[in-house]
Amino acid sequence: MAYVEVRGLRKAYVTRRGRTPVLGGVDLSLDEGEFVAVVGYSGSGKTTLVSLLGGLIEPDAGEISLDGAPVTGPGPERGIVFQQYSLLPWLSVRDNVALAVDAVSPDLPAAERRRVTDEFIALVNLTPAAWKRPRELSGGMRQRVAVARGLAMRPKLLLMDEPFSALDALTRATLQDELLRIWGERRSTVMLITNDVDEAILLADRIYPMTPGPDAVLGPAIEVGLPRPRKRRHMSLEPAYQKARRVLVEFLRASQNGAGSRLQQATLDGPGLELR
Amino acid sequence: MRHSLASQIVLPCLGVAAVLVVWALVSQPVATDLPSPLRTWSESRRYVLEPFFKDGEMNQGIGRLAFYSLVRVGKGFVLALAIGTPIGFLLGLSPRFHQAFDPIVQFMRPISPLAWLPLGLVIFQKSEPAGIFTIALCAMWPTVINTAVGVRSISQEHLNVGRVLKLSRRRMLTKIIVPASLPYVFTGYRLSLGLAWLVIVAAEMLTGTPGVGGFLWQEYNSLVYSHIILSVLTIGAIGFLLDRLMGLLEARVRVN
Repeated sequence: MAYVEVRGLRKAYVTRRGRTPVLGGVDLSLDEGEFVAVVGYSGSGKTTLVSLLGGLIEPDAGEISLDGAPVTGPGPERGIVFQQYSLLPWLSVRDNVALAVDAVSPDLPAAERRRVTDEFIALVNLTPAAWKRPRELSGGMRQRVAVARGLAMRPKLLLMDEPFSALDALTRATLQDELLRIWGERRSTVMLITNDVDEAILLADRIYPMTPGPDAVLGPAIEVGLPRPRKRRHMSLEPAYQKARRVLVEFLRASQNGAGSRLQQATLDGPGLELR
Repeated sequence: MRHSLASQIVLPCLGVAAVLVVWALVSQPVATDLPSPLRTWSESRRYVLEPFFKDGEMNQGIGRLAFYSLVRVGKGFVLALAIGTPIGFLLGLSPRFHQAFDPIVQFMRPISPLAWLPLGLVIFQKSEPAGIFTIALCAMWPTVINTAVGVRSISQEHLNVGRVLKLSRRRMLTKIIVPASLPYVFTGYRLSLGLAWLVIVAAEMLTGTPGVGGFLWQEYNSLVYSHIILSVLTIGAIGFLLDRLMGLLEARVRVN
């Protein structure tokens, strides 16, 4: 059995106006230390998948296991980096990270916990801003805090829900590079959810494409054959990069045409993608 | 803008002047017992210019009387917060508690201080605790309701952070629930203080204790009508200042 196993995951939201089936039987697996991305259109149910893996909501059917144990509720062994609004605005950068450190290692002496907290803040290059409140930070800096907090949980699996999608293109590239460096140093098991094909190829070992909902499922995983450590420059010229990209885009296009939605075409043809 | 500063001073002055003119006009031919602005001032000047003199139990400078009222309101207000805040948090946090006690809150909220005061006298047998009891009982509802609303409107994102970290109940409360609802709580405190100040006059009038409200009622009975106006103006001024002070505090707790 793989480190992370997801089998037949189904979820529908029931409201007064009816039932919206979001996930229609999702299967996926991650090995320990692997970086896996899930790529799909906005609104296809990616956040629902993260919430299920994080244990924040209950699936209607299906199983999730991590390191051999079934997932039943939320817990810090599955750290989450949320899309936005997840920092506590009344706490400083330091206290936001310290909250995670204190929660996962309450038995460490206070001085040691302080040291660990500072280490994670330094890891995302935020030491000069450690005493600032989130509202005093730019969007990119806020997401760095969120990443530091996610890592500070020392999770067995780090879930990242479109962590950079709210950022401008330049900041997004910087944060992707930093994530690449940090992951290279720590080799945590990461599942990244994104709607950016290039981001997925740059960062992940394997990529699952997600069909647009309702009843979204994952397509067969695509191996990204690019060697590590990776560098952004010239990467798009590599044959392995172009192959992964072509397979992904073809799958997403085909699944989307099947769903009959044309509106979302814009996401794929956006400036980040450069289809050829 | 250049004219904004001038208009901020000039326009309110014009408003005050207009009210004084209406008051002067009304006091002459219409309500002949109502003292004119000038007469009010000449009969009240000692109370204002020597605000802390004391000639007897009920004949004291307006500053001294206001101080008695403020102390009484302070006690009632603190009591209201001490009772109202935990009730508000419980209402917001526990659906069962809400189901059990929300009807009672809604039922007690509109009851007038005039109705509570005799009951307070029956319970405590003395006017001072009865007054404070009445102030607390009338003033606590905005705190209760705003706190409950504040707790219920905490964003799911922030609560999820606590859930993922599996924070203990205590840390969940101190790190997330209390700071997140603090702006609402302080709005409740500001409204509660306003109500407490409203209630003080009724409480003092009925119990005849020294204070601005007691003074007002006594001067009515001794036919010194200008002192009624003095008391009314004092009550308004202090109420306004209290609201501004709480407004400043409220602005300070708004972090996001």
